Amino acid sequence: MSTVTYQRRRATNAFMLGLCAVSAFLAVGVLLLILGFVLAKGISSLNIDLFTKMPVPEGEPGGGVANSIVGSLITIGLAAVIGIPVGIGAGIFLSEYAGQRLGDVIRFTADVLTGVPSIVIGIFVYGLVVLRMGNFSALAAGIALAIIMLPIVARSSEEMLRLVPHSQREAALALGISRWRTILSVVIPVAQRGLVTGALLAIARAAGETAPLLFTALGNRFMSLSVTGGPIDALPLRIYRYATGPYSEQQQQAWAASFVLVLTVFIISLAARLLLRRR
Amino acid sequence: MAVGFHTQRQNPIMGYEMHSGRGPQAPISEADALAGGVVVRRLDAWYGSFQALRGVDLLVAPNRITAVIGPSGCGKSTLIRCLNRMHEVVPRARVTGEVLLRGEDIYAPGVDAVVVRRRVGMVFQKPNPFPTMSVFDNVAAGLRLNGFMVRRGQTVETVEKSLRQAALWDEVKDKLSRPATELSGGQQQRLCIARALAVEPEVVLMDEPCSALDPVATLKIEELMRALAKEYTIVIVTHNMQQAARVSVHTAVMMMAEDRAGEMIEFGPTEEIFTKPRDKRTEDYITGRFG
Repeated sequence: MSTVTYQRRRATNAFMLGLCAVSAFLAVGVLLLILGFVLAKGISSLNIDLFTKMPVPEGEPGGGVANSIVGSLITIGLAAVIGIPVGIGAGIFLSEYAGQRLGDVIRFTADVLTGVPSIVIGIFVYGLVVLRMGNFSALAAGIALAIIMLPIVARSSEEMLRLVPHSQREAALALGISRWRTILSVVIPVAQRGLVTGALLAIARAAGETAPLLFTALGNRFMSLSVTGGPIDALPLRIYRYATGPYSEQQQQAWAASFVLVLTVFIISLAARLLLRRR
Repeated sequence: MAVGFHTQRQNPIMGYEMHSGRGPQAPISEADALAGGVVVRRLDAWYGSFQALRGVDLLVAPNRITAVIGPSGCGKSTLIRCLNRMHEVVPRARVTGEVLLRGEDIYAPGVDAVVVRRRVGMVFQKPNPFPTMSVFDNVAAGLRLNGFMVRRGQTVETVEKSLRQAALWDEVKDKLSRPATELSGGQQQRLCIARALAVEPEVVLMDEPCSALDPVATLKIEELMRALAKEYTIVIVTHNMQQAARVSVHTAVMMMAEDRAGEMIEFGPTEEIFTKPRDKRTEDYITGRFG
């Protein structure tokens, strides 16, 4: 090989490696940029009032987004209660019971569901729940978010259950323990940590969703604790309303609320990772 | 090699140590196997389209150790997995033929595999204690998870009895609440034996139980097997021909050819198999001329 060719190859290699490194830094850098940017914009409104006070009328200074935080907790809580058990159940079916063909069909469907735009899920739940109930509600929002969580929980649970060695199942079955008892008492305890991780990641994903809430929770500037009784607020909705409004006071609060939201999602994701790594 | 043996002699031709403390070397009676042991008749087994057993016949004498030997891939494990219906746990696996446990066909319609497995316990090649459970809970698992409504005191008794039977009690009695994974490999395997014994099976199947263990742990398990044979019918699959010669009363030899696996070529009293095999392939295999 001639020296020239060799040097050209080395240069190409270095160039490509550089491109990849830049891409990698961009991916990480974007998150840091977002966190930093949002923090810088919102820091002036990031105070205890944000968490404890209710929204004040437009143009007035002060106030907070306590109702949105409570609303988010309620809707995400409902979504978790609905989505996680069903998702884990689907994961168990995929990993323990489904045959090759049926399993592939379900897996493919779940993957498509993951890709369905969340606004479509919002419209779907609007038609299915909101119109029938006659009003917007935390329940409708919970169902919409649960649908978003479902495929994530199902696929991650399946993966985690598959990691449990087959010898564990055989050990239990050979003792004359029934199939469902084997799964419940032997397989799931081994996979427990992984199942929790999957559920946390799904919660983190649902926590930031805005579009499906527009058609289900609607938003509410007052405190609502009702599950079925009417519109409820949520952080992403409040951010959307404040950020698109003309009042600088509210825009400030939108930045601050965004920071809270991003940080929460970040912390949940981090907790999920740490949980998986321990032991 | 001779640790713990009371009497032994070297076979002049094959060089295997034959252990004479194994009880009567009487030929196998079908009536005995029907009454208290296991009778296998014309057993065929498949994994999908691959036939792993071909017309296997076997008599397992009650309260004796029966060894199944043969080269890798010949169907030994498949055979014993058919004796407690674990074969069917593998997707697309099928069985035809009869396996009579005390005279009743475990493959008869209406027989529940779960019930069969309570009567026929199994110990696997690699120790597989439940990692999330303590030593105590591992042994108690079969009782608890089977939904047997047992008093706490009774569970404690059964666990101690099973651990004593598995010659493990003295080593673990002070760490019953420790995770089972803290035990050594040999201890874990005896724990798995205790776990199998706790549900009081009639037959104990052992699928190469010593292949993951060192020689000292292996000898312990072998001594244990001889002790257990007083109360249990034992079938052991082993790659180790010395082990078969040391512990078993009866030996079945399985073989495979290039395009077919799962044939039982010879079955008889262990001494005969190791001293005057009838089949040339058996002789080649036990003298190490095979593969």
